[in-house]
Amino acid sequence: MRVTLHVWRQNGPDDKGQIVRYPLDDVSEHMSFLEMLDVLNETLIESGDEPVAFDHDCREGICGACSLMINGVAHGPQAGTTACQLHMRSFKDGDEIYIEPWRAKAFPVIKDLVVDRSAFDRIISAGGYVSVNTGSAQDANLVPIGKDDADEAFDYATCIGCGACVASCKNASAMLFVGAKFSHLEKLPQGQVEADRRATAMVEQMDIEGFGNCTNQYECQAVCPKEIKVDAIARLNRAFSRSTVKNG
Amino acid sequence: MNLDSNIPSGPLEKKWESRRFDLKLVNPANKRKYNIIVVGTGLAGGSAAATLGELGYNVKAFCHNDSPRRAHSIAAQGGINAAKNYQGDGDSVFRLFYDTIKGGDFRAREANVYRLAEVSTNIIDQCVAQGVPFAREYGGYLANRSFGGAQVSRTFYARGQTGQQLLLGCYQALSRQVASGQVKMYPRTEMLDIVVVDGHARGIITRNLVTGKIERHAADAVVLATGGYGNVFYLSTNAKNCNVTAAFRAYKRGAAFANPCYTQIHPTCIPVSGDYQSKLTLMSESLRNDGRIWVPKKQGDTRAPGDIPESERDYYLERKYPSFGNLAPRDVASRAAKEACDDGRGVGPGGLGVYLDFADSIARLGEDAIRQRYGNLFHMYAKITGEDPYKSPMRIYPAVHYTMGGLWVDYHLMTNVPGLYAIGEANFSDHGANRLGASALMQGLADGYFVLPYTISDYLASQKPGSVDDQHAAFDACETDVRERVAKLLDINGKRTVDSFHRELGKIIWDECGMARNKAGLKQALQKIPALREEFWENVCVPGGTGETFNQSLEKAGRVADFMEFGEMMCRDALVREESCGGHLREEHQTADGEAKRDDENFCHATAWEFQGVDKAPKEHREPLEFENVELAVRSYK
Repeated sequence: MRVTLHVWRQNGPDDKGQIVRYPLDDVSEHMSFLEMLDVLNETLIESGDEPVAFDHDCREGICGACSLMINGVAHGPQAGTTACQLHMRSFKDGDEIYIEPWRAKAFPVIKDLVVDRSAFDRIISAGGYVSVNTGSAQDANLVPIGKDDADEAFDYATCIGCGACVASCKNASAMLFVGAKFSHLEKLPQGQVEADRRATAMVEQMDIEGFGNCTNQYECQAVCPKEIKVDAIARLNRAFSRSTVKNG
Repeated sequence: MNLDSNIPSGPLEKKWESRRFDLKLVNPANKRKYNIIVVGTGLAGGSAAATLGELGYNVKAFCHNDSPRRAHSIAAQGGINAAKNYQGDGDSVFRLFYDTIKGGDFRAREANVYRLAEVSTNIIDQCVAQGVPFAREYGGYLANRSFGGAQVSRTFYARGQTGQQLLLGCYQALSRQVASGQVKMYPRTEMLDIVVVDGHARGIITRNLVTGKIERHAADAVVLATGGYGNVFYLSTNAKNCNVTAAFRAYKRGAAFANPCYTQIHPTCIPVSGDYQSKLTLMSESLRNDGRIWVPKKQGDTRAPGDIPESERDYYLERKYPSFGNLAPRDVASRAAKEACDDGRGVGPGGLGVYLDFADSIARLGEDAIRQRYGNLFHMYAKITGEDPYKSPMRIYPAVHYTMGGLWVDYHLMTNVPGLYAIGEANFSDHGANRLGASALMQGLADGYFVLPYTISDYLASQKPGSVDDQHAAFDACETDVRERVAKLLDINGKRTVDSFHRELGKIIWDECGMARNKAGLKQALQKIPALREEFWENVCVPGGTGETFNQSLEKAGRVADFMEFGEMMCRDALVREESCGGHLREEHQTADGEAKRDDENFCHATAWEFQGVDKAPKEHREPLEFENVELAVRSYK
């Protein structure tokens, strides 16, 4: 099939950037979306142009590197799917496809479709862990954890840190990302000990990084490739209020 | 070249304990005077960097991804082995040790493997304490599943995303050390060379992938945790950016590279669909707990799977290996799939596929139970192929997945270059000629959490901290080499893209050094690869002007350039190993029914290669493998 791509090209952080049109013939419906971009890049290189820069790595929906806004939707039209798992059979002959980077103050563009998401790492560093040193753990079966709790913790823990939640939020809020990590750990006894401290520290760092606030639009939940629920945000808010009241 | 394995004396089960007592220590106040570089922050590197930071060393950690959370360990699906014997089904440290040694076709070191089995139990404890949400039973206790090559249930798992959950645990531990200032993290930074001073590893040269800046980093020891080299095949289940560069640079600076021909071809991956294919996707081995593998009995049978009656199906693993059935180890299962397809009984486009069928399990357990166990894998399969595996069987075919070979290391995980360590998939130490499922996560975390942090102190205690800084002449020379190489790649301005060279190289290696190898084919590959390499250096096109900018083509070009040399060494290794073992099947050496035929008399050793120059054959060294606790037996799963 034939498609026409409209791709955001931006040479570097200081470049203004623009949409550039690329018609592409001979696209197979079995190609992944990123393989379609590979084909575009091969033709660009062969004709002496620079290829389109985009982040990708595992190409099986788990590393969270890919980060494309496709026709205005983070990761494209298929629910519960990262851009790398999207296949061209989701499009049809003659489609016009707009491809842009994540746009958020806290995710500055590095080049073309590549953005800097290190703000997420700094949020995890602020408190997204259990403070346990290697070697100090007791036997793994000493504390039984109900299956339902373990399963729910897992659901929150599946976050891949891609940033689609931020990109789709009109406030560029990172509340789903922060809430997911917070809720994963709070659901487990190992993570409850420092839960309040964690909530405060992660939210503070989120504010410092320039993410916006949550106004309950739930766009994040709609685009999350791992289908993490906004309950995570409620849990985080509850703990944050609790610790604010406690610690003044 | 000194290849002393440094294995402690004494009985097998006392070796690690006694060595830990003998290791020299660095006292807590002195630890902060030592700088350690860790390259790669997946399970092995991330756990090592976190633990070294907790101990009080100054750590600089590097990864080429934008965050340590994206390392390829994240894609591991099925699980992690540990000899907990929570199921009371007869497991023990010795049994895990024995299964691993046998699974590796008696080509790994006894002492290393025993230690791995010993510390496996600590890993599960540590991960649970970090909040890793392993699967649990209703009573709240940890659940287990079975994996290939074992007759006990010892695999811990978190749905089909075990690697992700373990990596996030380790990334979080690392992030805690980054916050404390004990670890300085350098994401989007690639190691391009290693600096050796007076025979000791003293630092690295890196390229900042965002700015293109070439930088120097000095340290008292360097740890490489840079993963495997499966992407030499171009098509593999590895992430696109996985590469051999760091390990290969170390090799070119004097570290021996062991058993490069040992590669693991995983039996259950989604088949190739077209020329544009950029990578292959694994379907976890855990699926073989409930899925049955079959092909039609008749050649060229094009009926839909549902139209082929039971009596006309060949469940070939169950037929050939009745005691392990569908859970035969990976190398065995892959070869059997190839055999069925070579016999004209493969299914799907091009006949390169076999069925993995869940109909019986769905009938027995219900669709919900299957969804609960493998939901994300079925989902992934449906997305990639557009077919519904709940309704019709999956089509699968073997693909390159893991590499058992790697930098040669001793019992301390130190290479033959003092101060240079290799851990995780980057070393060669624990899996012999074939790795068992759910053992890669185990080894990565064993090395990083529980082995290296002990052994590295023994080396550091004998070194004066900060003996070399980054202004040393060796850094000047090394940086110049790196700059020249980058400039050379950018100056070629040829006609062919990096990917097209990589595809061609991968095809040569897959055809001649893949699931089955023979002398004539390997010799041919040894002609073709240098010719292709020559063309690469004359005709590759790397756009982007200067190297001082974000340039993904340049990153790829540097990695493919190394694969061009590495692939040759791999074929050479496969050529000199005149036997079959594990994943290395030489067609000249097989039994009448197509099983691998080992030659213990002549090949019970690890082959370690020493670099002699780009266009010169490397020098072959051998480390004999001694088996004192297990008997070398024919590896049978029948």
